Amino acid sequence: MTDYRIGIDVGGTNTDAVVMNSDDDLLAKTKTPTTEDITTGILNALDVVLDDSGVSEEELEYVMLGTTHATNAITERRGLNEVGVIRIGAPATQSIRPLLEWPDDLADAIGNNVAILDGGHEFDGRTLNNIDEEEIREQVREFADVDAFAVTSVFSPVRDDHEKRVTEIIREEIGDDVPISVSNEIGSVGLLERENATALNAALTNVAEEAATAFVDAMDERGIDANLYFGQNDGTLMSVDYAIRYPIFTVASGPSNSVRGAAYLSEVENGIIVDVGGTTTDVGAVTEGFPRESSVAVEIGEVKTNFRMPDIIAIGIGGGSIVDTEGEVTVGPQSVGYKLTEKAKCFGGDVLTATDLEVAAGTIDIGPETPDVDQSTVEAAREYVRERVEREVDRMKTSAEPVPVVIVGGGSILVPDEIEGASEVYKPDHYEVANAVGVAIAQVSGEVDRIYSLDEMSREEAIQSAKDEATDNALAAGADEDSVDIVDVEEVPLSYLPGNAVRIKVKAAGALDH
Amino acid sequence: MSFDIPQLAEITIDDLEALGTGAGILGTGGGGNPRIGRLRLQTLFEDEEYPDSVKLVSPKDLPADATVASVGGMGAPTISVEKFPKGDEDYKSLRAIESFSGETVDAIIPGEIGGANSMAPLCVAAMADLPVVDGDGMGRAFPELQMDTFFIYGSPVNYAATTDERGNQVVYKDIDSAKRLEDLARAITVQMGGRSGYAFPLMTGEFISQYAIPHTVSLATELGRTVERAREQGDDPVKAGRELLGGKDLFEGKVVDVHRRNRDGFAMGSVTLSGLDDDSRLEIEFQNEFLIARADDDQVLTTVPDLICIVDNDTGAPVMTDALRYGQRVRVLGVPAPELLTTPEALDVIGPEAFGYELAYEPLPRGETGW
Repeated sequence: MTDYRIGIDVGGTNTDAVVMNSDDDLLAKTKTPTTEDITTGILNALDVVLDDSGVSEEELEYVMLGTTHATNAITERRGLNEVGVIRIGAPATQSIRPLLEWPDDLADAIGNNVAILDGGHEFDGRTLNNIDEEEIREQVREFADVDAFAVTSVFSPVRDDHEKRVTEIIREEIGDDVPISVSNEIGSVGLLERENATALNAALTNVAEEAATAFVDAMDERGIDANLYFGQNDGTLMSVDYAIRYPIFTVASGPSNSVRGAAYLSEVENGIIVDVGGTTTDVGAVTEGFPRESSVAVEIGEVKTNFRMPDIIAIGIGGGSIVDTEGEVTVGPQSVGYKLTEKAKCFGGDVLTATDLEVAAGTIDIGPETPDVDQSTVEAAREYVRERVEREVDRMKTSAEPVPVVIVGGGSILVPDEIEGASEVYKPDHYEVANAVGVAIAQVSGEVDRIYSLDEMSREEAIQSAKDEATDNALAAGADEDSVDIVDVEEVPLSYLPGNAVRIKVKAAGALDH
Repeated sequence: MSFDIPQLAEITIDDLEALGTGAGILGTGGGGNPRIGRLRLQTLFEDEEYPDSVKLVSPKDLPADATVASVGGMGAPTISVEKFPKGDEDYKSLRAIESFSGETVDAIIPGEIGGANSMAPLCVAAMADLPVVDGDGMGRAFPELQMDTFFIYGSPVNYAATTDERGNQVVYKDIDSAKRLEDLARAITVQMGGRSGYAFPLMTGEFISQYAIPHTVSLATELGRTVERAREQGDDPVKAGRELLGGKDLFEGKVVDVHRRNRDGFAMGSVTLSGLDDDSRLEIEFQNEFLIARADDDQVLTTVPDLICIVDNDTGAPVMTDALRYGQRVRVLGVPAPELLTTPEALDVIGPEAFGYELAYEPLPRGETGW
């Protein structure tokens, strides 16, 4: 028997792990503190769940990991690659240079090497300008010392020839090993946002490779010969190789895993998910079992990007939130974070946290001490949390109709069972490890996001072509042929163009091929 | 009639964010995102080769015989965010109509203050070291060039030019109507790859002082500032903006449905909003811009040319038609149109019937201030 799998989710405060069998039954779960090197925490969690479940290393078929390496590297400007940012599109686009809107320290951290060279296409696939091979070679040689390249060509979501050719030239000049991120594989129409996302991706490949290598080595060390996957932003999985090439797709995997896990545990396919962590509460929406995607530019490290990200609102309330009792009682956004076991009153510290209130009220039993808090403070704090959560739940709703609300995460106790606007409030079994469950049950997916000219084909043909390609991409990513479904089709007409161009986004997803 | 706002003497780098926000709100859902233009202008202001501010001149202060031209960008907003300008397209068009006419332009005026074309004239002014007239031809955004007050009030279509990023220039001379220029220039723009920089027509200071909608560059900037200030101070940014514009709250609610269709290259459709605490509804029809607002009993609340602005309920930031999505919490403002847009000759071109609606224009009540 080798059909067990482990899902691991690394959060800012805790690393959670679960063991599940092929029927998706949960056999063991744990919450262990996240460690600074991340890998130690992963191994600690792994040991606990293997021990508890009695499943041996050899019986594991899959290990799935949701991690925050990439996000941390961006926020802390740590371990980022020096990137050669090449834009192909001159003479167009020269009025705004690459990285213009980046915070100075982040632009400096990736070396601020930018160039705008001849080339690019029009919206309808015509050539905007020819590329100048000699110019590209010279520029690439000038960037010879960078760690990675980011290549963005005007209208590459319509035609990627120029990005392909530049990639070949970089290979010829620098070699096969240098990581190259090409924009059409990362973002959609909107040059600056796509270029930003591509440059961030290029900056992260080294961090991603180190994290992946550490993960793979750790599994080897434990004698685990399972297939390894990383969770990505849309709540599906990617292979280790893919995660190294596209680390930017992992930056929101945590909240996405929670949404998927909460939907699975509660059997709510459409509704609102509230994930209460140590420092923040993430409110997201689940649509047909998948996290709803954000339709606006999402900022990462103060940089605007336009690739697929879940629609999440974070509020500063969690188990470690500091309770202010001066005047009106408020909870957060200041938090003791991972130092809960050191600073919170229930652990003998001197900071009153949201967790302390529940310990005082007797709803939970954590830590050696029982703080003395009067009932009116507990009630006021609960009311404060309820109001904040209700407001964000309402913001995520798509109509006035009451919808199911699922509460998950280690701090779930903070959120009351009655929420205005909710048809029903669920706190499913294993709510505290919903994120690890989410990554353990995740599927693999394939996506297409492209502009089609309807002069040459009908709208139906264009959609079918996008569906076929998305399905092929899902199969290539490892999906089981019988289980692949089209899970999302979106169509965006482009205004002012008589040529009837349309942007079509299609996503297919399926179970892992056993 | 005028707004109770300070008239700015110049635009500097510190004004750009506010101008972008204000121009976005006045864009009534269309006009293109001012962001690209703002970044282009920021780049020019930071470049030592160009001045670090652009002077504004009130329409009333223009010499009667001054020569004024309008400049901007033409094309699809979706293209402008992907293939943004080289940076000299509109400037070259300005030089092209000067060389064809033998005249020298003394000042530049925005054709439409709403949306992206609030910024391009300031860029050209910085490049040509010219002042910008504090005013425009729409006070908002409209989809076609014949819809500005310059053409509505009889400016001849004497000279025009469109230029692409490769430097290809097409010059138009003595075109028989503004609508014809729209059709010709639009066709050329498509051939140019969906975006061009334009300049047209040549007008006199006297004409501008009569027919430009005055002080709209200052208005847009002050509007953006008012919204930002309220946001920072924890006041209601939407209310602050509405009060400045002398507008009316038409609705507060959530987007529950968006219908889109693409006809003749226009982003057409409708958006339905639902009340937060009740089942009241508002439907707004759009053709690039928001044009008609109807209550749930089919009663028409506001029609073009009055402004229908959708803004984010919390931040007061403008919401454009292409960004409308389920669940957004928004407020809808109705703002009385500038008086120059409400005359019979203006309504022929930009009234509800001009957009295909069998409706009479019922103006929103005007307050003490306005335009």
